[in-house]
Amino acid sequence: MQKLIKIALVGQPNVGKSMLINSISNSKLKVGNFSGVTVEKTVVEFEYENYLLQITDLPGSYSLSDYTLEEKVTKNYLQDSDYDIILNVVDSTNLERNLYLTTELLELDKKMVIALNMSDEAKKENISIDEEQLSKILGKPCIKTSAKNKQGVDELIKNLIKKFETKKLESKLIFSDVIEEEISNICTLLEEKNFSSDTPYRDLAVKLLKEDKQTFLKFHNEPIWIELQPLVNNSFEHLYIHFHTKNMQDIFDDEKFAFAKGAVKETVTLNEKIEDKSLSDKIDNILINKFVGLPIFLFLMWVLFQLTFELGNIPMDIIDSFFASLIDSTKNALGDNQISSVIADGAIAGVGSVILFLPNIVILFFGIALLETTGYMSRVAFLLDGFFHKFGLHGKSFIPLVTGFGCSVPAYMAARTLKNEKDRLLTLFIIGFMSCGARLPIYVLFTGAFFSKENAGNILFLIYISGALLGLLAAKVLTITAFKNEDEPFVMEMPKYRMPSFKLIWHTVSNQALMYLKKAGTFILAASILIWFASNYPKHLEYEEMVNTKIEQASNINEIEKLENELALYNLENSYLGMVGKFSQPLFEPLGFDWRMTVALETGLAAKEIVVSTLGILYGLGEENTEESDTLINKVKANIPFVSAISFIVFVMIYLPCLAASMVFAKEAGGWKYLVYLFIFTTVTAWVLSFIAYNVAKVIVS
Amino acid sequence: MYLNELSKNECAKIISISCADKLKARLNSFGITRNSEVLVIEQTLSKNTIEIKVNNTKIALRKSEARYIEVEKLSCKN
Repeated sequence: MQKLIKIALVGQPNVGKSMLINSISNSKLKVGNFSGVTVEKTVVEFEYENYLLQITDLPGSYSLSDYTLEEKVTKNYLQDSDYDIILNVVDSTNLERNLYLTTELLELDKKMVIALNMSDEAKKENISIDEEQLSKILGKPCIKTSAKNKQGVDELIKNLIKKFETKKLESKLIFSDVIEEEISNICTLLEEKNFSSDTPYRDLAVKLLKEDKQTFLKFHNEPIWIELQPLVNNSFEHLYIHFHTKNMQDIFDDEKFAFAKGAVKETVTLNEKIEDKSLSDKIDNILINKFVGLPIFLFLMWVLFQLTFELGNIPMDIIDSFFASLIDSTKNALGDNQISSVIADGAIAGVGSVILFLPNIVILFFGIALLETTGYMSRVAFLLDGFFHKFGLHGKSFIPLVTGFGCSVPAYMAARTLKNEKDRLLTLFIIGFMSCGARLPIYVLFTGAFFSKENAGNILFLIYISGALLGLLAAKVLTITAFKNEDEPFVMEMPKYRMPSFKLIWHTVSNQALMYLKKAGTFILAASILIWFASNYPKHLEYEEMVNTKIEQASNINEIEKLENELALYNLENSYLGMVGKFSQPLFEPLGFDWRMTVALETGLAAKEIVVSTLGILYGLGEENTEESDTLINKVKANIPFVSAISFIVFVMIYLPCLAASMVFAKEAGGWKYLVYLFIFTTVTAWVLSFIAYNVAKVIVS
Repeated sequence: MYLNELSKNECAKIISISCADKLKARLNSFGITRNSEVLVIEQTLSKNTIEIKVNNTKIALRKSEARYIEVEKLSCKN
């Protein structure tokens, strides 16, 4: 019979937790994900002898507070979930700081094993740790490990099993003599009065000294309170004098640091450093240098985006044509009927649009994972924070925002690199202002139609730049209005530079890609089918038959094309989507849009590429037109007034990017209500600015 | 004097940290505690962001957080 051991893996960020989990479980990895907003707990299971070890990899936390999302997730899991042993991973090269978390874990009073990870690096830096002595001080087994070299891993597993099979010892967090004396004073009184309580006297005493409200409330209604009160009061007075502060929180914090410092002093010997500057320092001298730091970063970004969108375009084209041919062959195989249409135009096209973004996502996330695991990302935040903070954003906002120029879908996902909830939400809200690649065809069509060839390029550039500036402005406005209450500080560790493990990076990237496919995929698929339905129904069979007979009788190709287009136009105009467009047209009247432009905009909610093909249908050319086709440009020029075109461009710049992006946004922001906010925010902004643009343009033109 | 008033490559000892508990706990968990020693490694051009070293940890923080941290200048050890 196999025994299940549930292990909670806890540690500060950058201590090599994931790497350790990787080398423990090796290839027998079975990874699943908890549902979570952005911070996922990963569960890994593997067998060892007669045991099944289930390790929950909790997000890295500096302490068990509520400061960041990660810390909240970790704290809640440790307090409320069911697990057998805590595996605390600490960085041997930075033991003192890591022990702060360990002391907090000791207070949880659970079985615990400590892995002194990165022992190879410690060796290099001439730090030696007496792990036996440390085990005695902490009362928990400490094992030296090196995830990189797979050292100590076996011993760690054996210790975990040993710990699991032995009874839990009462863990004791020992305080300094001054506090211990007060604790024993209180305990003595409780013993003398034979006070009945489920919690041990020592814990009660500690809680009283920590000014725990619940404990005071409990004692307040007891007769013992009369005697206890002066005693506790006295204890406080003593401690105040001894610690030079009246803040009990500070006193216990000081205790924690003193404990960590003491433990380090007793167990760590730091030999003379051979070289005074580590490699990390040397690299930092260049990479975060005042003058060359930024140019180097911009160059690296340029490379990353070139790779993402140039390299990514090759498989994208293949995927695109694969699905196009799949749609055609499905239609051929199933014949021309409703079922074939829903499968081909609805389902397959929907799935295709999901998979289409996959190459971009994989390449971009590979790059970002590389930047993060090497430790460079924190330097980026350091370099750019000054500028972005002016607009209420964070230094790391840069990457998702620039990604937004390529495609909003990976951009929303890239915002995960922001650890602070407010920073992340704010960044998510303004990513849409960075005009994505799919809006380019619309811009090309309109600038081509209304501006001279020499000017079109400049106008295009102006559109992109003003979008970005608007985004920053919007961030500022949102910071003063919607997010005003939460001014979060910026304190961030700059981890040592490390060589990345490609296995680990691949693991992260494939995991994220899989999640994108699974979660975004289902919603995008469902919504694509809905839009397909709205643009194809209700059917107008009589009209269709009538046109079809005309087509059969038609003599030349031109006439057939004209008739087919007439049918497409009629169907779209009278579909649910067309009805919505016509119905909502009055709303867009003040912006100078006719019902055709309104419908085009609304189909653009599905994907921006559709706007051009919809305009093609609606202006009577069939859907085979591209933005560069002269006839469409001429049609647009003839049918749309210049001022309406300007306001149309402004609207397209600002409103929701596309269906896929909206779904990903809702998932990343953590709820549908945010999508509603985003929809309202972008639509209202788009409407108002288009209105202004329309009227200003009218004045200028006339 | 306060942490934001130090220049690059100067060392100091932290005397007190006076800010909201939440931020203080955050600073503490990084090792920025009373009586610990800091070295300023780098500042950005605008001096809005600084990088410091405490124990063996490098930490970036904004000027707006650094001004809560009262320090006493020391000569650097090496």
